[in-house]
Amino acid sequence: MTSLEKDPAGGTTTATRPILEARNVSLSFGSVRALRDVDVTVAAGEITALVGDNGAGKSTLVRCFSGVHKPQAGEILLDGEPVSFSTPEAARAAGIETVHQNLALVEDLTVWQNLFLNRELTRFGMLDRKRMRTEAQKMVAELAVNVPEVTARVRRLSGGQRQAVSICRAAGFSSRLVIMDEPTAALGVQETARVEQLILKLRDEGHAVLLISHNFDQVMRLSQQVWVMRAGRCVAGRRTDATTGQEIVGLITGAIPG
Amino acid sequence: MSTAATGTPAGTTALSKGSTPEPGDAPGRGRNPVVARLTDVGFWADWAALVGLVALVVVFTVLDPSFLSSGNVTGMLSASAALVILAVAQTFVVATAGIDLSIASVTTLGIVVLGQLYVADQPLWVCFVGAVLASLLAGLVNGLLVAKAKITDFVVTLGMLSAASGLALVLSDGQPVTVTEGFFFDISLDGPVEMVSWIVVIAVVVAVLAHVVLYHTRFGTHVLATGGSPEAATATGISTARVKVAVYAIAGLLAGIAAIIIVARLGSTPPAANTSYLLNSVAAVVLGGVSLFGGRASILGPVFGALLLTVLLNGLTTLGVSQYYQPLSVGVVVVAAAFLMRFQK
Ligand SMILES: Nc1ncnc2c1ncn2[C@@H]1O[C@H](COP(=O)(O)OP(=O)(O)O)[C@@H](O)[C@H]1O
Ligand SMILES: [Mg+2]
Repeated sequence: MTSLEKDPAGGTTTATRPILEARNVSLSFGSVRALRDVDVTVAAGEITALVGDNGAGKSTLVRCFSGVHKPQAGEILLDGEPVSFSTPEAARAAGIETVHQNLALVEDLTVWQNLFLNRELTRFGMLDRKRMRTEAQKMVAELAVNVPEVTARVRRLSGGQRQAVSICRAAGFSSRLVIMDEPTAALGVQETARVEQLILKLRDEGHAVLLISHNFDQVMRLSQQVWVMRAGRCVAGRRTDATTGQEIVGLITGAIPG
Repeated sequence: MSTAATGTPAGTTALSKGSTPEPGDAPGRGRNPVVARLTDVGFWADWAALVGLVALVVVFTVLDPSFLSSGNVTGMLSASAALVILAVAQTFVVATAGIDLSIASVTTLGIVVLGQLYVADQPLWVCFVGAVLASLLAGLVNGLLVAKAKITDFVVTLGMLSAASGLALVLSDGQPVTVTEGFFFDISLDGPVEMVSWIVVIAVVVAVLAHVVLYHTRFGTHVLATGGSPEAATATGISTARVKVAVYAIAGLLAGIAAIIIVARLGSTPPAANTSYLLNSVAAVVLGGVSLFGGRASILGPVFGALLLTVLLNGLTTLGVSQYYQPLSVGVVVVAAAFLMRFQK
């Protein structure tokens, strides 16, 4: 099904133990078979890329990981243990944070409110606004991004600043796996470079990263492992250093069957 | 909308910019900050209700100095108490991008239940608890239908508007009950200080609690997130359905409290819904700068909005303007306020 046997370089076996694994995951929306028997692994300490054409099922797959969708068949393993997230809250509690494709920020709330959304700190049942502001400042400063004042409303931020806030939130709260769905799709050149630095920083700090991207250069630059999806199937997996951008393009379009 | 995102050409500088806009920024930055604020139409939009309230008080006092007599102020404050509470109730629902069209009818349901328990010789506290429970239950039904059955808020609360008024007529057989209990006179006429009756105190307490809930609890943040971006709220694990059930239930609960206050002021239990409470609660929310699209809300704004409407109606009456002009004036003020809100920051 995947290229496990077909790849002589042993490309699919990831170098370190998998933190997250999808086995035979399938999901349909009515007659649309968004995912068919998908097998994917994400290794600890690595950046794993997920590529594929629009509609290939990438977002749907990560939504299964982040508790938005529930697979209709197959299983998801976290550290080798089968898990079933019925809500995004459950996935977050297990250490899986997601930066969704449509930036999941509330524009009318401030940066610090967004960073702590549904993770609010309280004292005697009341919000500890002061502590959240200070902590938010720290979260932002630690990632060394020039994000604005944490008291600014998200509505006032640029696309890159918003993405930085989303990533900060995902990196915080001792998450183990950070999933990013096309984090640089809407960004300019400089903003993209900044976000890429952030992604590398996350990995260096020990987070596993699952990155969906349409930018092949980016995938080749950042990732250690690439999974290719086509029409709801995971058609191939390669170690990044054992493949080329050309091969990946061929696998995505189907020119190379995979 | 997102001016920063679209205003910067392809994000060339945005991330590397050292200085960034702050929440209170007015467009005319760099000039005298006070002048910049006062010439910024957004500032006036944010404080429309307070500015309008002060302007009305000044105008009415100039036209008739007895407007600010202690008797009239006492009357206006007492008259505003129920509307303040209903405006706060409406604010919670509107903050989640919903609307409660049934709020006046649900209040009337509470009034009628109070009256029926009263004629059945129940102790006063039973009458109160009954009224509040009846309204709370109606609000809860609204919330469950909107959040769980996923029927549009507009349709659900329009249905409840009809159902609750109908139920009120059935229960009361269309007859008001005269309430002669001394307690009611006491809370509507006496108070802790000059010009402030106990029902005004109740309204103030409700408003303060509402402010605390909205700004100082997790629930309040989740209310604003649910209205601002349901997708984002859901993605962080917030149950928007639960939040919606809660805000409609809160609206029902507050309608029940408003019912007690109305009975205390009138000394009777009118069985027909007073629709002006519905219109005025929405008007107060709009005047208070709360976004009907959800996500932006304050308690102070709608409270000032409710006071403004009460002052407007009272002032016109004092000046001897025909009753018939009152709904017209409310309509004009609300549409004008809604127009001003377009300039809100
Ligand atoms: N909530 C949904 N309801 C119905 N169909 C959906 C839904 N989400 C995704 N799909 C469909 O599933 C397929 C895969 O979509 P998606 O995962 O968003 O692809 P990708 O992220 O790879 O571009 C598409 O055909 C899309 O139309
Ligand atoms: Mg997608």
